[in-house]
Amino acid sequence: MATRTDFGPPYFREMLPPVVEKNYGQWKYHERLKPGLLKHVAESGDELYTVRVGSARLVSTDWIRDVCQIADQFCDGYLRFTSRHNLEFLVSDKDRVEPLIQHLKANGYAVGGTGHTITNPVHTQGWIHCHTPATDASGVVKAVMDELFEYFVDWKLPAYCRVALACCLNMCGAVHCSDVAILGIHRLVPVIDHDQVRAKCEIPNVIAACPTGAIRPDPKNKTVKINEVRCMYCGNCYTMCPGMPLADPQGDGVSIWVGGKISSARTPPKFSRLVIPFLPNNPPRWPEVTDAVKNIVETWAKHARKHERMGEWIDRVGWERFFDLTGIPFSVQLIDDFTLAPETYRSTPTFKW
Amino acid sequence: MSESETPLLDELEEGPWPSFVSEMKRAAERKESAQDLMRQLERSYNDRIGHWKHGGIVGVRGYGGGVIGRYSNLSDEFPAVAEFHTFRVNQPSGWFYTTQKLRELCDVWDKHGSGLTNMHGATGDIILLGAPTAELQPCFDDLAEIGFDLGGSGSDMRTPSCCVGPGRCEYACIDTLDLLYSITMEYQDELHRPMFPYKSKIKISGCPNDCVASVPRSDISIIGTWRDKIRVDPDAVAEYATNGIDVQAEVVDLCPTSCMSWDPGTTTLAIKDAECNRCMHCINLMSKALRPGVEQGATILVGGKAPIVQGALLSWVIVPFMKMEPPYTEFKELLEKIWDWWDEHGKMRERLGELINRLGMRAFLKAVDLPPAPQMIKMPRANPYYFWDPEEVRRDGD
Repeated sequence: MATRTDFGPPYFREMLPPVVEKNYGQWKYHERLKPGLLKHVAESGDELYTVRVGSARLVSTDWIRDVCQIADQFCDGYLRFTSRHNLEFLVSDKDRVEPLIQHLKANGYAVGGTGHTITNPVHTQGWIHCHTPATDASGVVKAVMDELFEYFVDWKLPAYCRVALACCLNMCGAVHCSDVAILGIHRLVPVIDHDQVRAKCEIPNVIAACPTGAIRPDPKNKTVKINEVRCMYCGNCYTMCPGMPLADPQGDGVSIWVGGKISSARTPPKFSRLVIPFLPNNPPRWPEVTDAVKNIVETWAKHARKHERMGEWIDRVGWERFFDLTGIPFSVQLIDDFTLAPETYRSTPTFKW
Repeated sequence: MSESETPLLDELEEGPWPSFVSEMKRAAERKESAQDLMRQLERSYNDRIGHWKHGGIVGVRGYGGGVIGRYSNLSDEFPAVAEFHTFRVNQPSGWFYTTQKLRELCDVWDKHGSGLTNMHGATGDIILLGAPTAELQPCFDDLAEIGFDLGGSGSDMRTPSCCVGPGRCEYACIDTLDLLYSITMEYQDELHRPMFPYKSKIKISGCPNDCVASVPRSDISIIGTWRDKIRVDPDAVAEYATNGIDVQAEVVDLCPTSCMSWDPGTTTLAIKDAECNRCMHCINLMSKALRPGVEQGATILVGGKAPIVQGALLSWVIVPFMKMEPPYTEFKELLEKIWDWWDEHGKMRERLGELINRLGMRAFLKAVDLPPAPQMIKMPRANPYYFWDPEEVRRDGD
């Protein structure tokens, strides 16, 4: 029997809890009652309580069955996930909210991530399941969030703070507009395996893949050459051609970017900016990375005004002050030299010491 | 076994944040592939390098995407992950589930795969992580049986995603969940059979808070907005003022357009709506008192992407306001024009934003028949290097 195709995802209206189905599009306002707990009120007067729980993103079917059991017990068999790997229990009966939270905490679930918190970091596969990573993803995130856990479960920050990790420049996920982005990078040029290039690669595509034009054809040998001084190790050629591997235990590591945002509240979306060009891969706990992220978050928390996102704070005090307050050394890699570089240079003698 | 095979990973079972290692161990109790996955990851933690081979094309009958091939480069040592492919499974709008549906999904995945998942991947799909080649078709057949279809991969329309929208959010100016379902169903062929120059992403947010990050990461961003006045409940404003919000400092002074003023004596908030740019800050702070207007629709932006190949871009406004009501014909007609232009002119692996950069916004707007508007730009150009169409300027005697 032929399997049917193109039937699409489960119809969402069949997945909605009755309180959502009844009040669909008729929500009036919400309150943030405490970290991890939202209350939405509908025009009808119906209330919907949301209890948010952080997940590891990489979860077993056992975990899914566990949370299903909790949702059966407290939420009549419905739950949802968020765009940042959180799990949300939707409770229509106020009396079940506290027992649910107590049950979750007693069983080791991380309740939080709403309001002025660091919510669940968006992240990628890393060494667990990716073929181009420059670092692990889940391990770094676990180490960072263990260190910053208080900011997930408590309201201690001036605004919310989005931390995200991508294990290479492909950036599966929106890390490039995060308050703090952790990005895996390579630092050594590809080591060409000419036999592989000849056997498996479309040479024009490999050449076109290079953003800096560092790859030239070598027609005599039916392969390619790399102009090493132009290569900035993005790995794009490797994506096109297995004969261009560039991962290396010494070359690979992590960079830190700050001040991006996605929402348009107050100020438009903006990119995160590079502040630390390289930190080593030091598993299992990446201490250099956790220290760097903690320092940046806590320096911001100490100096920013209420509701001021990381990037808004930096825009107010200036980048020179950011480096001063965080103690992060300024290095030449932070000065842009790609296509839009001049937009980032300063053309006025007005700056701070 | 007295000594652990994974001493480095074991350290990541400590600490308050949920541990992915504990999840792997749970799956490893039942699944040899999850065991070998842990062993290989431990090796990566020692070697400081990944151990997956480059790519590999696999699939199921009738589909060009949706399954990502993955092969270990240490298959002799870790044979159970020699083939460890990924399914992208299309999520329901807004990631709402019944527990019954999720259990059915777990049953299928426990039968055919590693028992490990991502809930969810960055595209929004359910990620089923790790099945051997021989299990792919049987697994998909069982998924189809319980009503789960594949998502996108490769040079196709990637699985679109959206925020919670009218399901739970009073800010939603469009029905994100329904629009997502409508687009997903209308373009099943584009989703399942790669035929474009490169990936094409569509993300839908109900308001300018953009909870699915459509501006940084989608080629076509749909963001709910409104054209009339913010709805104000004066009593609720006063209630916020007496219950701890400093309306002057936290709301009015942070308004980017200075369109508001606050009289603490009469607890009156005045808004010059014509000057408001609908950034959501005041509404975010006082959702009980302030609400989006009632003339609702969407702003359409295009071109957003991550760095590969020519650098990261944020989406640009191309339609300041479009009504968004079923069956969403106006939007779909525009989408098809955009795809046609991109498909015709885009080079291999050139995203929409990069093509617009290469050929010019002027060429794009002409091709998709959109009028220029000041809402599209932050500022006009500062260089004199601009073009005229030949029919706009004629020589004497022509």
